[in-house]
Amino acid sequence: MEGKVAIVTGASRGIGREIALHLARLGAKVVVNYAGSEAKANEVVAQIVEHGGEAFAVQADVANSEAVERMVKEVLERWGRVDILVNNAGITRDNLLMRMKEEEWDAVINTNLKGVFLCTKAVTRPMMKQRYGRIVNVASIVGVSGNPGQANYVAAKAGVIGLTKTAAKELASRNITVNAVAPGFITTDMTDQLSEDVRQAMLQQIPLARFGNPEDIAHVVAFLVSDGASYITGQTIHVDGGMVM
Amino acid sequence: MADVLERVTKIIVDRLGVEESQVTLESSFKEDLGADSLDVVELVMELEDEFDMEISDEEAEKIVTVGDAVNYIKSRLS
Repeated sequence: MEGKVAIVTGASRGIGREIALHLARLGAKVVVNYAGSEAKANEVVAQIVEHGGEAFAVQADVANSEAVERMVKEVLERWGRVDILVNNAGITRDNLLMRMKEEEWDAVINTNLKGVFLCTKAVTRPMMKQRYGRIVNVASIVGVSGNPGQANYVAAKAGVIGLTKTAAKELASRNITVNAVAPGFITTDMTDQLSEDVRQAMLQQIPLARFGNPEDIAHVVAFLVSDGASYITGQTIHVDGGMVM
Repeated sequence: MADVLERVTKIIVDRLGVEESQVTLESSFKEDLGADSLDVVELVMELEDEFDMEISDEEAEKIVTVGDAVNYIKSRLS
């Protein structure tokens, strides 16, 4: 992965942060995208640089096409190419379907689904020219199984899985692979908000009987963008301790 | 100016692997030159680089034949 340029969206925290750090460890130059947490994004960059890697942080709301285009332009100006895109940025606005506000629906769909479309579209041009690209979308196991209280999130993540397959088919002839990772219950800020009851109930459903770590996801993403995975495209890999088979 | 067709033809020959003699102003990229939709998108990208201009998606969709491309580029250069 030496010298490859990777953009990781939502990389200031949680799974995205771990993906950014791991790709950097493997030799990639990493663009740490963030929406609001500038200080945390800078910490990730500092950590990468401290270990001899290259990285910089870019603020861009992935749901905003102009911001996304500006980000990709900046990356091309600085490093001249984009080899890897990891669409990780995501938010939750959980609520029962009956109580879900239109704003809650729109916010999640815009960031979690439209954001993947916009970022993918923006890197497609340089990747087509390079005749090389690796795109990995961070979906979620609930996009496959459904989950009460998360109609917006589940719809967006299921949409991401469909988008992954279509982009894979459209771009395959240009040596661009597009895959998804579907994390199960991973310990992050996002899942720390869940109540103890919910956490215990989820643990009961995990054959491997533990919650996942961000590292569990980062390793699979690293594999999917490696040369060893060059014959894999359009797939969704469940990384969930066996929760959904 | 006169070499717009020549430059466009060279890009088409390189990209689509067709003979120069097949490329006429009337040739349709998809019907006559064997291009698929993605090839046309890439051709437009290369034309943008070659002639240092941005071609909007709306304009790009109207480019069907070699002549369409040449005329559009000429209109932008003049």
